[in-house]
Amino acid sequence: MKTFGGAARFLDRDDINTDEIIPARYLTEVEREALKPYLLEDLRLEGFDPRRDLAGCEALIARANFGCGSSREHAAWALEANGIRLVVAAGFARIFRQNMFNCGLLALELPAERIDALFRRFAGQPGVSAVADVASGTLAVRCGGDTERIPFALGPFERALLEAGGWLEYADRRYESRRRKESP
Amino acid sequence: MGKTIAEKIFDAHLVDRPAEDVWVLSLDAVFGHEITTPPAILELARRGKDRVFDPGRIKAVIDHVTPAKDGKTALQGKILRDWARRHGIRDFFDVGRNGVCHVLFPEQGFVRPGYAVVMGDSHTCTNGAFGAFTPGVGTTDLAVALLKGVCAFRTPRSMKITLKGALAPGVFAKDVILAVVGRIGVDGATDRIVEFDGPVVSAMDMEARMTLCNMTVEAGATCGICRPDEKTVDFLWEFIRGDFPDREAAAAAFRRWWPDPDAAYVEEIEIDVSGLEPLCTFGYKPDRVKPVRELAGTPIDQVFIGSCTNGRLSDLRVAAGIVRGKTIHPRVRGIVCPATPKIYAAALREGLIEDFLQAGFCVTNPTCGPCLGMSTGVLAEGEVCASTSNRNFNGRMGKGGMVHLMSPATAAASALAGAIDNSPLFPGTRSTP
Repeated sequence: MKTFGGAARFLDRDDINTDEIIPARYLTEVEREALKPYLLEDLRLEGFDPRRDLAGCEALIARANFGCGSSREHAAWALEANGIRLVVAAGFARIFRQNMFNCGLLALELPAERIDALFRRFAGQPGVSAVADVASGTLAVRCGGDTERIPFALGPFERALLEAGGWLEYADRRYESRRRKESP
Repeated sequence: MGKTIAEKIFDAHLVDRPAEDVWVLSLDAVFGHEITTPPAILELARRGKDRVFDPGRIKAVIDHVTPAKDGKTALQGKILRDWARRHGIRDFFDVGRNGVCHVLFPEQGFVRPGYAVVMGDSHTCTNGAFGAFTPGVGTTDLAVALLKGVCAFRTPRSMKITLKGALAPGVFAKDVILAVVGRIGVDGATDRIVEFDGPVVSAMDMEARMTLCNMTVEAGATCGICRPDEKTVDFLWEFIRGDFPDREAAAAAFRRWWPDPDAAYVEEIEIDVSGLEPLCTFGYKPDRVKPVRELAGTPIDQVFIGSCTNGRLSDLRVAAGIVRGKTIHPRVRGIVCPATPKIYAAALREGLIEDFLQAGFCVTNPTCGPCLGMSTGVLAEGEVCASTSNRNFNGRMGKGGMVHLMSPATAAASALAGAIDNSPLFPGTRSTP
């Protein structure tokens, strides 16, 4: 199965919301690629400059409750449009997490202590990468010769969504249209 | 083992269990608006699947930017409008008939006890006030829901919040939900369904229950939910009268969705609201909550009364009562946005619109626009808004703006003072800036 990630950027914040990931003023776009320049434009993080800090970035590592707030899937699309297909965090808001898997992208939840340890060991260093191998269930975070391998477990449904390429692909094969006559 | 409301709804809608912890549910209704639905429409069309599972169960509205403000928003409306026509979706609400989705759709009787409903909007959780499971979803979930009439969820985990005591005058459902979010935090209910219970909820009318459920997503909840009772029946009666011999029979039938006495909750919290005072947020997260008196005197540039949280008739009545015969502070731009045409018309008949206009408010057409800085009330860098909406995120109402969330009473009083202030309805500490 697939790998996700690459050059990684640490975002030292809890509760990064989807308004910060893609502000509502850009929700007038109907095509995903159009969101590309605006990713994390409103992120409240000291010294963070999205254009500089996200150049070449392929993975994000953040703290608790990533993606809270609005249901806008534009947040996941803006990440993907910038080549970011992996977000590692100490927790995700439900809708954002589901949007990621529904798009065939990986939202990887790790215990807060693990995230803490990654921040301590790697954050702020140049050339950090984070690559998740879904088949082996291993996240490898590297900086030069320094590597930390972290095992992770995905549920069978999340795996199936990643394998299918998303929920639309998965559901289209599996379900008939449910036209209901009666209310429950 | 007994079941919670959500577990009963899940049982009644189960289509598939693709994994131990995953339930695919059939949907009674699917709602859409012009921001998150057009990308689903375009994606389905690209895949050669420009179809809908059941046009009678799909409801759509243009509400975020309306009337269109530019070419892009005009296109969003057109994509939704053309699609609704193409598929014979009769319940499509366009300019003149449109309003804020989570106020308009319940007003139209589209949400019933025991329903499972999704919409591409996080505040769909509002509709749980009717004893329904109504989570917000993203666009891909919405696309599948439109095409197949199903959606996938994790096994429901319910959290019971029992509200005891009685609200003091001048303290409202908005203050209660701000207290709840403040207490459990912005991820205090993540992956959980918040079931509200207790005498305070029973005493609340449906509008207050909607306000309560509306901000459960601000604590991360999948949705809020209240047990359907006589008030639910009264609200829905014009739509359900053909289905039941009388109101008592409807109330009895809806009791099947009540939680069993031995239902299991992942967490149970009791809150006595008797000592609660009006609350207000500070900072950029909705769980940053303080008593209004502690923020009193904070200068404001704009007041917004509206949104799916507090744009209903009862909200306008409270706010109009406070500003009636008075003039808002000259430094304050006041914006009132009745959430639907029906509410607007009722507010006109009751003289509330006149009250707002005389006080110096701008009264806009029904729209979501100001709440998320999309139209009709965007803040400039450094400006501050006292708002009855639901999110105070950085940039929410405009880049560099600050939003303080509060009840309509507090917002109206703040408009008069030109700074955050407690309303005269609250007999507690009243500070002047």
